[in-house]
Amino acid sequence: MIDSKKYIVAFLITAVIFGTAIFVSNILSQKKLEDVRVIENRVALDILSSETQFALLEETSCSDIGPGFLSKELGSLGEKLSYAENQTEFNSGDLEYLKRSYFLLEIKDYLLMKRLTEKCGIKPTFILYFYSTEEDCKDCEKMGYVLTALRDKYPDLRVYSFDYHFDVGAINTLVSIYKLKSSLPAMIINSNPYYGFYSVEELEDAVPALQKLAAARTKALEAVATSSEKTN
Amino acid sequence: MIDIQTFILYSSLFVSLFFEVFLLITYLEVREELSLEEKYLGKNIKWFPTVTIIVPCFNEEQTVRNTLLSLLQLDYPKDKLSIIAVDDGSTDKTLRELNEFKNHPQISILLKENGGKHTALNLALERVKSDLVGCLDADSFVNHDALKKIVPFFDDSSIKAVTPSIKVFEPRSVLQYVQKIEYSWGIFLRRMLSSLGALYVTPGPFSIFRMQVFRELGGYAHGHHTEDLEIALRLQKNHYKIVNSHGAHVYTSTPSQLPGLFRQRVRWTYGFLNNVIDYREMLFNRKYGNIGFFILPIATISIFSILYTVGNVLWSNLTRVLDALVRYRTVGFSWEFPSFDWFFLNTSVTAILALSAIIFTFIILYLSIKLADGKARISRGVFYYLVLYFFLAPLWLTKAVFSTLFKRPISWR
Repeated sequence: MIDSKKYIVAFLITAVIFGTAIFVSNILSQKKLEDVRVIENRVALDILSSETQFALLEETSCSDIGPGFLSKELGSLGEKLSYAENQTEFNSGDLEYLKRSYFLLEIKDYLLMKRLTEKCGIKPTFILYFYSTEEDCKDCEKMGYVLTALRDKYPDLRVYSFDYHFDVGAINTLVSIYKLKSSLPAMIINSNPYYGFYSVEELEDAVPALQKLAAARTKALEAVATSSEKTN
Repeated sequence: MIDIQTFILYSSLFVSLFFEVFLLITYLEVREELSLEEKYLGKNIKWFPTVTIIVPCFNEEQTVRNTLLSLLQLDYPKDKLSIIAVDDGSTDKTLRELNEFKNHPQISILLKENGGKHTALNLALERVKSDLVGCLDADSFVNHDALKKIVPFFDDSSIKAVTPSIKVFEPRSVLQYVQKIEYSWGIFLRRMLSSLGALYVTPGPFSIFRMQVFRELGGYAHGHHTEDLEIALRLQKNHYKIVNSHGAHVYTSTPSQLPGLFRQRVRWTYGFLNNVIDYREMLFNRKYGNIGFFILPIATISIFSILYTVGNVLWSNLTRVLDALVRYRTVGFSWEFPSFDWFFLNTSVTAILALSAIIFTFIILYLSIKLADGKARISRGVFYYLVLYFFLAPLWLTKAVFSTLFKRPISWR
């Protein structure tokens, strides 16, 4: 004999578990997107602050521009968005909005960086990277690894990554300014376009400023080592 | 709009969770009954029916002697218990081992040409005159009180068969420890299915039947190499009640190496699938109670659901490994330990549901070990089981499904 009541109770309990899972997952994904939104706001504020500082210092020396002038959070923001992009739990509308804001923030940061390099005559330490999330870009994943490794190696290096196919007017403008072809991955380094995959070493050769960063990094490490030896 | 893959994943998670919840509700219902059985079952038996145990043997020279000795040591009136050992054309020294018992008053020995286990059982059944009859595989050994814990169930005239709890005999290899935990899970499951009237197998080791069953329904059939599954389904189809005595312990020798285990499990799964096909009329049929309406369908679905889930998990892990490989080949190995950020935790609905299913599995595993061993403790078997079973089961499930779909023959050993 079938005890229908038991089936109904089991069904209800399972449905409650399902409902709870959907609810909890939604709450957590909203919280994650909220985190991204908070970081974006912070970056926007950082950029505004830097722009203001830059405007104030227009007539003073470049030496007044210290470390931390540019927001440090763009990198982690990019990582979070690229992770969220591969998950199914996020609301695609929200995610698209956040990605749009991210790309615009990157462009603003890049413009600020460019003005800084022009004013202070320093070698540019930034790369504009164009990728595609579509299947046709086999080297984009590898190129992403190389640029992440480079950014880890040179914390002062700024990599601005853009989804080539993402419908943002400013990205299209960048593409037309640099006359970028649709062959991806593509990079703009010192106003020159580079297409296809480049290894860490190849990029280090292509961006002389990186070598300076490398030298500065070695120097800094040596200084730390010497001071710790003295302390001992 | 969810895609078909997500739909299948959600459905299979829903079915798994539903089954686990259903089992746990059943456990809560029978909890009291279980403790009463543990306290009183097998004590103060008023009526001892006559019992015949058939021991079919094919090349069991290593174990048959101890099988027979364990039967002779059963705590049961000697004049009520007889044993028929059938040598099914063994090619080793099984017959020599059997002949050592030929003068024992309780044991009779039959010889025949090899024809399969069901033929050996049927030959013996022709000679059985007792009230109850059972089978004990020649690689299994009974606890001395096993029969006393089975017989009282027959006081209820509606009960036609009683199955025992089967445990692994002296596990030594890693795989045997894995099976020990798996058998504990089986003990729990059978006891719950018993309460639901949904037992779909009367295992070769020491399932006891009323002789009336064979008179009315006929003897054993080939049953796609699983005669114990076929006879149970035949009983269920004819509304004959089967129950489980979880206190009646029987120990069975289990395969120690993967090839043996693989062949055995392919046979079991293949037998299950093909018998379900033969008895498909029972599927989703309320007339047959829980077994037809729920247990047989879910047991069948679970085979495909496990294969799908394992395939999915393996595929996603393979993708991760390939990504890591591409990363390694591109930028080398990074020694940096990634810092923890909750943002990167998988908080998808599927992940939370899978976690719930895992938690329920752990609860059932705990209850299973407690029911089988009297107390639950973390043993190496649990560790081996958790690590290995997920990878092992798909091997035989895949082969059994393949053999069923393409009608490929399978072997007994």
